[in-house]
Amino acid sequence: MRDVSIIGTGITKFGELWDKSLRQLGLETGLAAISDAGITSKDIDALYIGNMAAGSTLQQEHVSALMADYCGLTNNHVPATRVEAASASGGLALRQAYMAIAGGFIDIAVVGGAEKMTDVSDSESSYTVSMGSDEQWESKAGATFASLHAMIAQSHIDEYGTTREQMSAVSEKNHHHASMNPMAQFPFKISSEAVSNSGIVSSPLRMLDCAPNSDGAAAVVLCASEKASKFTKKSIKIIGSGQASDTLSLHHRKFLNRMPAIGVAAKRAFESCGKKPNDLDVIEIHDNFTISEIIALEEIGIFKRGEAGAKILEGETKIGGKIPVNTSGGLKARGHAPGATGIAQVVEIVQQLRGDAGDRQVKNAKIGMVENHGGTAATAVVHILEAE
Amino acid sequence: MSVPRFWRELDTRYNLIGSYCKLTKTYHFPRRAFDPEAGRESMGTMEDYQFKGDGEVINSTVVHQSQTGYEMFGPYCMAIIKLDEGPRITSQIVDCDPKTVKPGMKVKAVFRRLGEDSESGILHYGTKFALKEIPVIEEEDESLSNIEL
Repeated sequence: MRDVSIIGTGITKFGELWDKSLRQLGLETGLAAISDAGITSKDIDALYIGNMAAGSTLQQEHVSALMADYCGLTNNHVPATRVEAASASGGLALRQAYMAIAGGFIDIAVVGGAEKMTDVSDSESSYTVSMGSDEQWESKAGATFASLHAMIAQSHIDEYGTTREQMSAVSEKNHHHASMNPMAQFPFKISSEAVSNSGIVSSPLRMLDCAPNSDGAAAVVLCASEKASKFTKKSIKIIGSGQASDTLSLHHRKFLNRMPAIGVAAKRAFESCGKKPNDLDVIEIHDNFTISEIIALEEIGIFKRGEAGAKILEGETKIGGKIPVNTSGGLKARGHAPGATGIAQVVEIVQQLRGDAGDRQVKNAKIGMVENHGGTAATAVVHILEAE
Repeated sequence: MSVPRFWRELDTRYNLIGSYCKLTKTYHFPRRAFDPEAGRESMGTMEDYQFKGDGEVINSTVVHQSQTGYEMFGPYCMAIIKLDEGPRITSQIVDCDPKTVKPGMKVKAVFRRLGEDSESGILHYGTKFALKEIPVIEEEDESLSNIEL
């Protein structure tokens, strides 16, 4: 197996991007990433696209060929592959490219994630998101995506005494970080009280516990590490990769307040590089709801079960704290464009490890983790990155 | 939902038909081709089983932003229910004040309208759940008192 490095990144601002189409967003980030990497389109051996919902929101499938075409890669007939695993589509696309390069099949791949969620109404985009859970036996029975996470949260509250204040601290912290990220959808601070007093979506979850449904795109260029120095001096190595699945329906899980696929994916990623949770300097977590960030940190082993909420409230996951989490603003404040989210998380960690994160730079960040999951964590994918 | 997609699950939706694995003596809902714990050995040992429809609430939430097609119910109670035979199911709990539903409460299956395809499309019927005993509301829960229900 060969080492694989990330040699370039690109990202759009996340938000309601009504003036831009899916293909424009994809091209914009793809061009930014290959310019950053110093490669040309002739160097690209393969294209991977993370996209969840183009069929539902745009009536467009075959997004792989669409992107290859609009990005001018069809003259060379570059192989293009779309990867779908609900909100984990981006992270999973990255893993496919990683394995193809590590396995020696190709040398250079562009991995993009792109999504348009605001071309349709709020109720349509919300239903689209709930397709990441079991459409027949959850969504059609009346369960919204938020209501499933509401039961996850309530179960965590019942067992561990997790508080409203602790969940609000997740949103407050992520907005604080986003206030330093020009690409964030909501680049401003909000108070913990504002979160606690926002409207109820599904008890106990409130509006400001929930990530938005956004438009956005992000891309990275992956290269076999042995060839990376040909293009750039600031490459970041992917040292660990892990993936796991779980039952699609929440009700089939033994514990409602756990997301075991995240723990297993993280364990596999740690084992693949011999690192431990306390080796990490910075983490991007899939905080589609505040409770998800709390549980994911417990699953990865950063905090013991039932203790993450209190540690977040104490400020341990803020920039300047013991282990900064979601320096980009996370899904809550950077924005959540399902297929693009997993790649946007990687872009943030690469910027942190390169020392390019500006005001939100974590000092001496050498090793970072990206945790991306789909549905109620029926698919989880975790990568560990290290500065070279 | 298309007509065949709803039609082929009719007995499961109307009558709570699932599977019983004769090998592991466990129940499954909805139907499964084999028991995931036993694997391929249980292929052919699964038989149809009609659940009695009795169960208890594992966890619940009051949904204020309704699922598409459920707007007229809002706010409504969604719950994860453990059927007495073992399997769990996600369902709306009807015929009660949604905020009075608590873990451990006993429920029974009831036949209800689930929705419709469109104004001229087919109606969907299926199983929802109701509390066996309606709790007496003694005092307003303060945490919910400022919400319009």
